[in-house]
Amino acid sequence: MEVPDEIKKRLTLPFEEHFYAGHTACQGCGASLGLRYVLKAYGRKTIVVIPACCSTIIAGAWPYSTLDANLFHTAFETTGAVISGVEAALKARGIKVKGEDGVMVVGWAGDGGTADIGLQALSGFIERGHDAVYIMYDNEAYMNTGIQRSSSTPYGAWTTNTPGGKRHFLERRHKKKVIDIVIAHRIPYAATASDAYPEDFLRKLKKAQKTPGPSFIQLFAPCPTGWRSPTDKSIELARLAVQTAYFPLFEYENGRYRINMPSTKKDPKPIEEFLKLQGRFKYMTKEDVETLQSWVLAEWERLKKLAEVFG
Amino acid sequence: MPIRTVMKANEAAAWAAKLAKPKVIAAFPITPSTLVPEKISEFVANGELDAEFIKVESEHSAISACVGASAAGVRTFTATASQGLALMHEVLFIAAGMRLPIVVAIGNRSLSAPINIWNDWQDTISERDTGWLQFYAENNQEALDLILIAYKVAENEKVLLPAMVGFDAFILTHTVEPVEIPDQELVDEFLGEYEPKHAFIDPHNPITQGTLAFPAHYMETRYLLWKANEAAKKVIDEAFAEFEKRFGRKYQKVEEYRTDDADIILVTMGSLAGTVKDYVDRAREKGIKVGAAKMTVYRPFPVEEVRELAKKAKVIALLEKNITFSVGGALFQDFSRALVNEDEKPKLVDFILGLGGRDVTFQNLDEALSIAEKALRGEKVDEVNWIGLRKEIL
Repeated sequence: MEVPDEIKKRLTLPFEEHFYAGHTACQGCGASLGLRYVLKAYGRKTIVVIPACCSTIIAGAWPYSTLDANLFHTAFETTGAVISGVEAALKARGIKVKGEDGVMVVGWAGDGGTADIGLQALSGFIERGHDAVYIMYDNEAYMNTGIQRSSSTPYGAWTTNTPGGKRHFLERRHKKKVIDIVIAHRIPYAATASDAYPEDFLRKLKKAQKTPGPSFIQLFAPCPTGWRSPTDKSIELARLAVQTAYFPLFEYENGRYRINMPSTKKDPKPIEEFLKLQGRFKYMTKEDVETLQSWVLAEWERLKKLAEVFG
Repeated sequence: MPIRTVMKANEAAAWAAKLAKPKVIAAFPITPSTLVPEKISEFVANGELDAEFIKVESEHSAISACVGASAAGVRTFTATASQGLALMHEVLFIAAGMRLPIVVAIGNRSLSAPINIWNDWQDTISERDTGWLQFYAENNQEALDLILIAYKVAENEKVLLPAMVGFDAFILTHTVEPVEIPDQELVDEFLGEYEPKHAFIDPHNPITQGTLAFPAHYMETRYLLWKANEAAKKVIDEAFAEFEKRFGRKYQKVEEYRTDDADIILVTMGSLAGTVKDYVDRAREKGIKVGAAKMTVYRPFPVEEVRELAKKAKVIALLEKNITFSVGGALFQDFSRALVNEDEKPKLVDFILGLGGRDVTFQNLDEALSIAEKALRGEKVDEVNWIGLRKEIL
């Protein structure tokens, strides 16, 4: 479709689409939106490697695919290893990988497939320094299997295996800071991003593309099905996660931390604003909310300190 | 000119890989196979092999990286054994399902617990249902040759299946034997450049691989794997014939030894075949009508050849370094399948021996043979017999 130039000029995101309609994501799915942005950034010359996760389904069953790019489905814990193999093979074939005009090899895995079962392969991929981008779309639980907690599930959340009940059996530990583990590898480029801030996400995708070596982006991707939230509130929730400093936007680049807009703006909103729109937090007591709030603020202070010292 | 030298099977496997010129090798150390990637990394470091060597953090990632690389259109190689192969298990199905002609060298080793690093075939036998081709080497020369042949068969358009080549832990992996290294030029002619003609990742021509298949489609993919395994039987024969023509060494799926006029045939695999052939010579000197057969190819299972073999004997004794609990050895099961509906068939007697590196001695074979002779005389014998057990510690 041709777009008039005056409209094109006003677009803040690439007009081109390589993620087509007809996919099978739930309404309000943050993951499918994220993958759409990834393909807007990298275009058709992209090899997307997807482990067993929601995106396996979203991409469509044989003989359909919603992606206008190479798509490679693999086992749950193998994303880091498979992108390593694909990258090595493309290089062996003399194909330019990464960089402005290179072929993009992208691992696209959920929080369970990254923070839990895929952590070892992720670590191997980063420490070996392959030229590929690993994107963790973080919807904070095993959504594809039916909302079981992962190590990326936050404190106080209901999931189907932290179901509340008489003994108040909710998630009782805080969200794993996967990106800190990634940064411990001294990766050339890592960043957090959010569905609510696509321009920021696209900029980070481009930066990941240009930076030689491995890159990692943790994308906050709301899941109305698992979060028991209204399907038209996904972007609002993603925005509130940033505004409450629950999920701050920042970059780690060559050893330097930088907190990005809008996380740099004023003081964080109270965590209740993020919690109240989601059914998964409805069992939390006042004390639970306080526990989560103080953790969020402590982590936020820690990040600010890092940015101050290593900015 | 081919080079005649001496080397361990691990080195022979590394040489085979070097001759096959894989573009990506991903490997993780494990006893007794560690020397294979070690030697290959030397080849890469010296510039003798132009390949990407991925030093992965597990066998699971080794095979996963090979899957990614093979799907991206290059020849790949790895080596492992035992727990390492077991760790790969999940991904072996993926490699076969995606029809990726990866070749893996295996130093056949037992599985824990208890921890044991020595030889039996439980590791590869346990992977027999993954869709992979399986070859077993009797000696170090065979380890080298069969890896080259494995590539030839695996990459054939009618087959497109991954392949594993097994050679016995320590008995071969760490034992120096004479080996002839074939000419690179001849190997190049034999294998050719790897040009994937089926689905593979081409950045300019996007496809989807390994997609979700509903019940309406999944079963056909399994059937096509079945068909590919069937097709491999003929392709293997052709590859063996071409290999013999070019390199002068003859291979057969089921290699017979002194089976004419035999009453009893001892069937086995791997390095044990060498012992059994010697044993047959001794027994023949005593006038015992016994022969031997070696299963060089285990998957696809050579049903026709086994039926032909069976016509030559009244009793077939299966000597196996593996066990399926409550059933018996894998060969016993597969021979039963091949012969169950034959009008005339020999008696099958199964012998489990040599597990976890226990030596298989002539005394052990005497014991097996005496049971087989009882069966020959029409006496009732156990279908599954454990040979060489130390009853005093049981």
